[in-house]
Amino acid sequence: MSVESTSAPVVEEKKKEALFSKKNRRILSDPLDDNNPITVQVLGICSALAVTVQVKPAIIMAIGVTFVTAFSNLIISLIRDSVPGRIRMIVQLIVIALLVTLVDQALKAYMFDISKKLSVFVGLIITNCIVMGRLEAFAMSQKPWPSFLDGIGNGIGYGIILVVVAVFRELFGSGTLMGYKVMPQWAYDMGYVNNGLMMLPPAALFLIGIYIWIQRQRNAKLINVS
Amino acid sequence: MHSNRYTFVYAIIISVITAVLLAFASEGLKPLQQANIALDKKTNILRSVRIETQKREEIEQIYKNQVTELVVDARGEVMSGVDANAVALKEEVAKPAAERRLPVYLYAAEGGKKYYILPLYGVGLWGPIWGYLSVEEDFDTVYGAYFDHKGETPGLGAEISEKPFQQQFEGKKIMAGDQFVSVYVAKTTDKIPYGPEHRVDGISGGTITSRGTDEMLKDCIAPYLAYFNKLKTSAGN
Repeated sequence: MSVESTSAPVVEEKKKEALFSKKNRRILSDPLDDNNPITVQVLGICSALAVTVQVKPAIIMAIGVTFVTAFSNLIISLIRDSVPGRIRMIVQLIVIALLVTLVDQALKAYMFDISKKLSVFVGLIITNCIVMGRLEAFAMSQKPWPSFLDGIGNGIGYGIILVVVAVFRELFGSGTLMGYKVMPQWAYDMGYVNNGLMMLPPAALFLIGIYIWIQRQRNAKLINVS
Repeated sequence: MHSNRYTFVYAIIISVITAVLLAFASEGLKPLQQANIALDKKTNILRSVRIETQKREEIEQIYKNQVTELVVDARGEVMSGVDANAVALKEEVAKPAAERRLPVYLYAAEGGKKYYILPLYGVGLWGPIWGYLSVEEDFDTVYGAYFDHKGETPGLGAEISEKPFQQQFEGKKIMAGDQFVSVYVAKTTDKIPYGPEHRVDGISGGTITSRGTDEMLKDCIAPYLAYFNKLKTSAGN
């Protein structure tokens, strides 16, 4: 598990800060682009490769991860001063595992099909580097509300990549979107074939690579100047 | 730095709190989860007789009206009072064939045709594989098959749960005359002493899962022969 410490924007202590002050909005929006967990922090790649064959499981996975990052950030931030330093990672893991197990149980009860498709990957949210990475880098040293926003931001940042990749994979891999057929039949009649590569994990790697390429092309802040 | 005592107490308290929360969640959601698992089983049983619907009511309806569950023993006698759903296949396949309890799901299609659905259970590469195979009234022709797995490699062994692999089984034969042959899951280069109606193509890159499927078919279908023979003779008289 790579828990890389990433530069977290320092929130200065202030008497009264609006819930959605400029700073807090940046905490929320930064992970969507400038500090995206997958394409910039390079965390959580493994599940991005595995659960992006279809759009629907990708969306559910994104919601699950967002829930876990948001609430584990919130809980850890609430108890950050009482956590003994020597066992802080264990405490973080307990909180993450608790939330992930809840998500897993809820999926099994209410969305059995999806939980079968996601199979082990829900459980593997526990080891998703994004979650622990954000706890160590942000929640352990920040107040609850910014931590919560940071969790949501990172969850959504992760989700965006998942959904974008899944749209391409499902469209070109099986000719459907959200399970509905979108590739017209005449295309198949004229000899169009679904791309089998898109169904396999390596396709996600290529797509994420292309995404990073385009993102760095457009975002001047991400260009390596060194 | 916190004291050792504080650290220990902290760890214990947080463990207890999470354990209690999880216990409540697990118990509270159990009925819903079990209903889902039961429905999933019915869906899979019906898939082996080529019924593809995913709608909950439809599955419950068809299953209730057209499927009969029974359990037979190795001599072909129907065991009364045994619930087919209470028979754990995992335990049964570990026993010698003569002692097994064998669940059969009898599907009565519209038009009076009957299909005998046999549950299968075996091992793949990473974990258990299972499935259902339906046999027509001649006790020879395979009507359909369904397989699933716990954790086979996606794209390789996991292909057994995909349609193209399962559709190969339709119309295959399990008997050669009076002798039980099963359907071989073999590489195209493998030679088997029987004709093409007894073989399907294994999965490239999924050799161990293919072999597991092959063995599972042989191991799980053979004990039903006594039951089939009994039905055949009683139909003949």
